[in-house]
Formats: sequence, structure tokens, C-alpha cells
Amino acid sequence: MIKQYETVFIATPVLSDSQMKEAVAKYVGLIKENNGEVVYEEDWGLKQLAYPIQHKTSGFYYLIEFKADPQFVATLETQYHRDERILRFLTVAMDKNAVAYAQHRRDKKAAKAAEPAAEANVEPKAEEEA
Amino acid sequence: MANIENNEIRYLNPPTVEVRKKKYCRFKKAGIKYVDYKDAEFLKKFLNEQGKILPRRITGTSLKFQRKVAQAVKRARSLALLPYVTDLLK
Repeated sequence: MIKQYETVFIATPVLSDSQMKEAVAKYVGLIKENNGEVVYEEDWGLKQLAYPIQHKTSGFYYLIEFKADPQFVATLETQYHRDERILRFLTVAMDKNAVAYAQHRRDKKAAKAAEPAAEANVEPKAEEEA
Repeated sequence: MANIENNEIRYLNPPTVEVRKKKYCRFKKAGIKYVDYKDAEFLKKFLNEQGKILPRRITGTSLKFQRKVAQAVKRARSLALLPYVTDLLK
């Protein structure tokens, strides 16, 4: 059985850019190794925490949306627990409303990113329809 | 004296009639089906200044969505997007 999940983790702010990329690559790789499929990734960057965690006041947030077997979640979370770079994590199973919402959120984000080049984008779309 | 004979009460100041706006569930009205824990700014509408979840009797949220809001706020708290305890959140 395959279910869709969403996981957010907070990595320590002491990591360098390449170290952060390595940490992300590790979890994306882990998902793929276990027959999972990464649907979406989002880097929130360095954010201020609402309260200190392990005496740190900020952290790197990273969101991964993936499809995998429910048993895989336990594997992923043990990896998070063992990883000293991870301050906090949350994995949530997505129902159909959550999936629809995530899709909508992504579309909105893509539209926002494409806004400066909006005029350039309109024309190819018109061609597709024709 | 004429007033008493007419059996009619007259006020010196016009009585203030309180017109209370009917509360409604913003999720039902706007057709929102999923409450996102990642959107901390939105969830702040359902918190008081100390970061506590406001009751339904104040926000007017339906029971179905109050449960979802509560769940989302708790998730946001655990991810340090919202504080557990604070003063002057807004």
C-alpha cells in the first residue's frame, strides 16, 4: 500500500550550505531507496524559531512531500532521531483534502514565480491549446 | 401626566438596541477544506495574545473545523512555527 506523506525537518543553523544540501540529499535518497517517490521539495531557508530548541534560536526548515509505504515512516523517523543535525521533525499523512491543498499551494507558488515572466508564459499555453 | 394616561413608556434617551452580528464559520463560508499547519500567520487568527487557542464561542468556527484548527496549531507549535507560551503574540 502506498500513502502520501509530508515531512518537515529543522536542521541546526550551524550547518554550511553544502552540509545542508548533503543532509537533504540523505533523506531524499533514503526515500528513493525504499521505493518511495518524492513528489515535492521545498526549502524554507533559515527561519527564526518561535522558542529555543537545544539552545538554538533559528534553524533550516525543509519540506519533503513523498509517496511511500506506511512502514517506511518508522524507518525515516529513526533516521531523524539518530541524526544530530536534526533539531525537530514532523511527518504527517495526507488525506485527499491535504493533497488537493498542497497541489493548489504549489500552483500558486509556481504562478508567483512565473509572474515577472507572465507575458512570456501566456503565449506558449495558448499554443498548447490550439 | 398625559403619558401615564396613554399607558405608554417614553424614554429621555432613545434606548440603545444592541445589534449583534451573527457569527459564522469562516471555513464553511470560504469553502476551505484543509487547515494548513505551515501557515502560522493564518493560525494566529485563532489564538489569543498568550498563544492559547480561542474557543468556538468567540471565533464562531464550526466544531468540525475547530478540531482541525486545534490539530494544526499543535503541529505548528511542535515545529516552532508558533510558540507554546508567550506574551503579546500580536
